[in-house]
Amino acid sequence: MKLTTLLATAAMALGMATAGVAQDKTKVGFVYVGPVGDGGWTYEHDKGRQAVEAEFGDQVETVFVESVPEGPDSERVMTQMALDGADLIFTTSFGYMDPTINVAKKFPKVKFEHATGYKTAPNVSVYSARFYEGRAVQGHIAGKMTKSNVVGYIGSYPIPEVIRGINSAYIHAKKVNPDVEFKIVWAYTWFDPAKEADAAKVLIEQGADVILQHTDSTAPQAAAQDAGNVITFGQASDMSEYAPMPRVSSIIDNWAPYYIARTKAVMDGSWESVNTWDGIAQGMVEIGEISDAVPADVKEEALAMKAAMADGSYHPFTGPLNKQDGSDWLAEGETADDGTLAGMNFYVEGLDGEIPQ
Amino acid sequence: MIVLEKRPQPSQAWSLATPIVAVLATMFFGGLLFAALGKNPVESIMTIFWEPLFGEFSFYYRPQLLVKGAPLVLIAIGLSLGFKAGIWNIGAEGQYIMGAIVGAGVGLAFYPLEAWYIFPLMVIGGALGGWAWAMIPAFLKVRFGTNEILVSLMLVYVAEQMLASVSLGLLKNPEGFGFPGSRNFQSYASAYNAELIEGSGMHWGVVAALIAVIFAYVLLNRHMLGFHIRLTGEAPRAARFAGVNPARLILFCLGLAGALAGLAGLFEVSGPSGQITIDFNVGYGFTAIIVAFLGRLHPVGILLAGSLMALTYIGGEIAQSELGLPAAAIQVFQGMLLFFLLAFDLLTNYRLRLALKEVA
Repeated sequence: MKLTTLLATAAMALGMATAGVAQDKTKVGFVYVGPVGDGGWTYEHDKGRQAVEAEFGDQVETVFVESVPEGPDSERVMTQMALDGADLIFTTSFGYMDPTINVAKKFPKVKFEHATGYKTAPNVSVYSARFYEGRAVQGHIAGKMTKSNVVGYIGSYPIPEVIRGINSAYIHAKKVNPDVEFKIVWAYTWFDPAKEADAAKVLIEQGADVILQHTDSTAPQAAAQDAGNVITFGQASDMSEYAPMPRVSSIIDNWAPYYIARTKAVMDGSWESVNTWDGIAQGMVEIGEISDAVPADVKEEALAMKAAMADGSYHPFTGPLNKQDGSDWLAEGETADDGTLAGMNFYVEGLDGEIPQ
Repeated sequence: MIVLEKRPQPSQAWSLATPIVAVLATMFFGGLLFAALGKNPVESIMTIFWEPLFGEFSFYYRPQLLVKGAPLVLIAIGLSLGFKAGIWNIGAEGQYIMGAIVGAGVGLAFYPLEAWYIFPLMVIGGALGGWAWAMIPAFLKVRFGTNEILVSLMLVYVAEQMLASVSLGLLKNPEGFGFPGSRNFQSYASAYNAELIEGSGMHWGVVAALIAVIFAYVLLNRHMLGFHIRLTGEAPRAARFAGVNPARLILFCLGLAGALAGLAGLFEVSGPSGQITIDFNVGYGFTAIIVAFLGRLHPVGILLAGSLMALTYIGGEIAQSELGLPAAAIQVFQGMLLFFLLAFDLLTNYRLRLALKEVA
């Protein structure tokens, strides 16, 4: 018998058996790419999981597996969760995309939510957050506060999400400080405290007094603290233990409202495959407390920008903007569409350096 | 007091018993560790060792053991031949990556052509890629006497950067919306390393691993070259007097290890993994070193050791998911296995004796 048929039958049998017993718990599984203690990306996803548990109490049961490498290991973990009776599985890394689709095919009754991906299926949704809105605030503060006019950026992988963040931060730093320069280092990892600390040190040595990061650990904050007079921003989590200096603000991923909503949808049967891209307005992206190290007027402007993005009156990618090679991109007042943003593979005008190929 | 007394001859009995004793000790102390973490030790050990083989979903896990174990065994066989001769190839991970890149590159060059010869060409490409990468430390050692441990290990990091480079550039999927990663081989029929028997987990990599075990056994026990390898490891001076050409041995051992690691990489990328991505390598090249020593550098031992390591990986994942054990605890458990093996290995060559103070 084909394995897929066998697995599907087993899953259905399991599902029917458990349904025969009383109104059973909804089982929600989480697959994490890093450790829950990373203080960054995975930490926030786990907080979302805990929020689901807090919200639904006895009606749900959550399980998670951390530090799952992308590739066949993730496929096995997802299959295992599905075999164990999960009704909804959150796969929290871009690299889990193909494995999620593969496993979803074998378990049509199980719902999958893939973070930051682009492939969907009848039982697979994708979701992501408009982190670039948070980067706009960071860029504004960075541009205003930098004294050396050099801003260091620790990039993870040259994927559209990271390029978007760099562009958004740069646009807003340049707006308030035309002399600002961005130096970008590619770490090729989402989480590696040793590499991230090295990258931060290198950037500081090259004159950066602001460090922005798209990697998940607090190592750059620690490096900045050692160097003194360098400001940083918390990434994915508040990283408030480094406030008020060097961490002057942060982008906080808040997955709880989305996770609770999706779990509810599975519980009341209204779940459908959707493509969600929420930002500050929907509460998925939060700006961490701006510390007192930031001048009062800069803080006010940053908060005003945040409010404008929240009510939809301001879009971080508003023209006139050109691409790095000088070609026209956005006209005066024109805003970028989601499609271009989702596949962004170019720098805006003014940024030095090339996107690694 | 307890004295360590060297045995006149290494003990045969202990040599065979050591792995078993090590596993039992790991189970015991691992159980203590899990108990300290607040989990039921017996349940945890059962989940790790019993569940994948005989548990509820073992129909799914048993094939996964083959999938996880095949690359480990394949690479470890190659490494063991070198280790036996005192040639320390630590860079199997890099050879694995390069084999995958070259093999995948060959396959993608033919896309979208469907033909029977594409997969064999990819296999040859994978072996050549790994072989060539291993030839760098081999050549440097033969010509300049450089330390192959350092060169092969450093080349792992070079290979990782090359992997990132091709994922973003040369081998990037043009229909991938700008995201890194190659096309997925699972949807390219001629190049897909599919299961030979549906649902058994047995793909060409598993077959290759089994062939490698048989080949290594025959080589070591029946062939002159195998004799030379063993001789060089145990008595280097005698080997030189016997006419063993050290340069040839180095080139052979490193080359073979590289080729096998490259093959493992190719089978993995065209099968279970499916695509070349920046994070394609998961450390098989390094875990294979543990497997090689766990199997006491003997082909059959490596086959068993590889299966055991695969069992702890898969059982460990089940334990994390079902029991909430942290990932780090499973890694400690695997480390304990190697530690106890090396520790109990002492008893093969030394005897423990209670020495009483002698009078007069």
